[in-house]
Amino acid sequence: MIQIRNLYKSLAGQPVLKDIDIDILDGEILTLLGGSGVGKSVFLKNIIGLMRPDRGSIRIDETEITALKLKELSKIQRKFGMVFQGDALFDSLTVAENVAFGMKRLSGLSMAQIARKVTEYLSMVRLEGVEDKLPESLSIGMKRRVSLARSIATRPEYIFYDEPTTGLDPITTDVICNLFLDLQKELDITSVMVTHDISTAYKISDRIAFLHEGSIAEVDNAEEFKKSDNRHVRNFIDINTGILRD
Amino acid sequence: MSENNIINSLKIKLVRSLESFGGGVDMVRKIFLLLFKKPDEPANIIKQMVRVGADSVPIVILSSFFTGMVLALQSGTATIRILGYPLFMGGLVSFSMILELGPILTAMVMAGRIGASITAQIGTMKVSEQLDALYMLGTTPEKYLGVPLFIATILMVPVLTLIADIVGVTGGYIAAVTNFEVPGSVYINEIVSYLKMVHVFNGLIKSFFFGFIIVSVSCYMGFTTKGGAEGVGKSTTRAVVFSMIFILVSDYFLSSLLNSLGMV
Repeated sequence: MIQIRNLYKSLAGQPVLKDIDIDILDGEILTLLGGSGVGKSVFLKNIIGLMRPDRGSIRIDETEITALKLKELSKIQRKFGMVFQGDALFDSLTVAENVAFGMKRLSGLSMAQIARKVTEYLSMVRLEGVEDKLPESLSIGMKRRVSLARSIATRPEYIFYDEPTTGLDPITTDVICNLFLDLQKELDITSVMVTHDISTAYKISDRIAFLHEGSIAEVDNAEEFKKSDNRHVRNFIDINTGILRD
Repeated sequence: MSENNIINSLKIKLVRSLESFGGGVDMVRKIFLLLFKKPDEPANIIKQMVRVGADSVPIVILSSFFTGMVLALQSGTATIRILGYPLFMGGLVSFSMILELGPILTAMVMAGRIGASITAQIGTMKVSEQLDALYMLGTTPEKYLGVPLFIATILMVPVLTLIADIVGVTGGYIAAVTNFEVPGSVYINEIVSYLKMVHVFNGLIKSFFFGFIIVSVSCYMGFTTKGGAEGVGKSTTRAVVFSMIFILVSDYFLSSLLNSLGMV
């Protein structure tokens, strides 16, 4: 479980996250919804220690991480897998080398075992026969699946998705969403997704939180969220459903 | 602009420069501490040595060969004008190449070729979150990228300098023999008579520091890249410009120091 209290972060003197309080429960898929530039990615990076908050508390399974030294923080980071917004695959490495990257450093498995695991994780994300390809030769949807395979290969307890459906067509988005749901069941993990894609949020989330001007304006399960009477949430839903209808 | 604005702007620039310098020193400190630990991926060191060293051999040979030839041509012409004969060509070319031109020319070529490439690679990885991904996958950018690049560049720049020295002196030999009909044995005799191993070491010690400057500046510029493609372009330009400036400035001080230690 992740407990966040009074999380505050500013960038270049401008407040981005303002005293955020939220719990991320074990086994759930929590989606953080919000417009562009409201601090969704900054929120994720603070939790996984890629950014340090200015103040506030972040407890990962009872460990307060905000004051941890880098060495201790790196141990906590092993609990996380991350699918980055632009996939962040290493362009000079093949698909297999990308998926094996974290396992080589964190799993203690032999090279032969890692090679078998690479094929296993790639088939979990419905990719076969691409082991020797370079990321540049893959489509965006395939890259995202490789990124997902790389993040689950280290067997994390938590997976964070940063805008995982951005740039995908509706059919590929649907395939990726189903993949998230399957993996959630199969691996028994806790997932946090940040997105501005409301249909994806409705489809896969157990709970949806809405980030507005650096604060959590609403957090509820998907059904209740749809009925929210919060002005900012309502506005966001109405605009998006309008776009969907058009 | 008012006087106060100018002073404030200078203050901000000074603080930023000091911050950058401090950041650079901290990065070098982290990488040096990691040099004594088990490497993240030993094969990466070999790969970088090939990239920095072997792949740079053709451009180093080309530039040093013609520099040696030009040096012989100009020194031959000058000595004919002053003394009536093409004298001391072997000594002039070998001293110039080994003490100064070999190290500085190689460093300049490497700053342009490898420095730019290192910054562009790391900068692109930074803006596309690949550096963040390294933290999530059990390593750090300093360990995975910095350590192999530091080892490869610091070791390979002196090796390339040695190649440049030999090729430059050979270029001078060809120009001296073909343009001024200087007997080959005279050219070589002058080198053997005047040049000592300490001169070769003088140039190699400088090239070791130049390698250090190139890799430190290029890695730091890459790690601190901000923005998208434009940011990568700016960082790459800065890396090459600052490397060249630091190389030229440090060359004077290193030469003074080595001379005062009797290495000349």
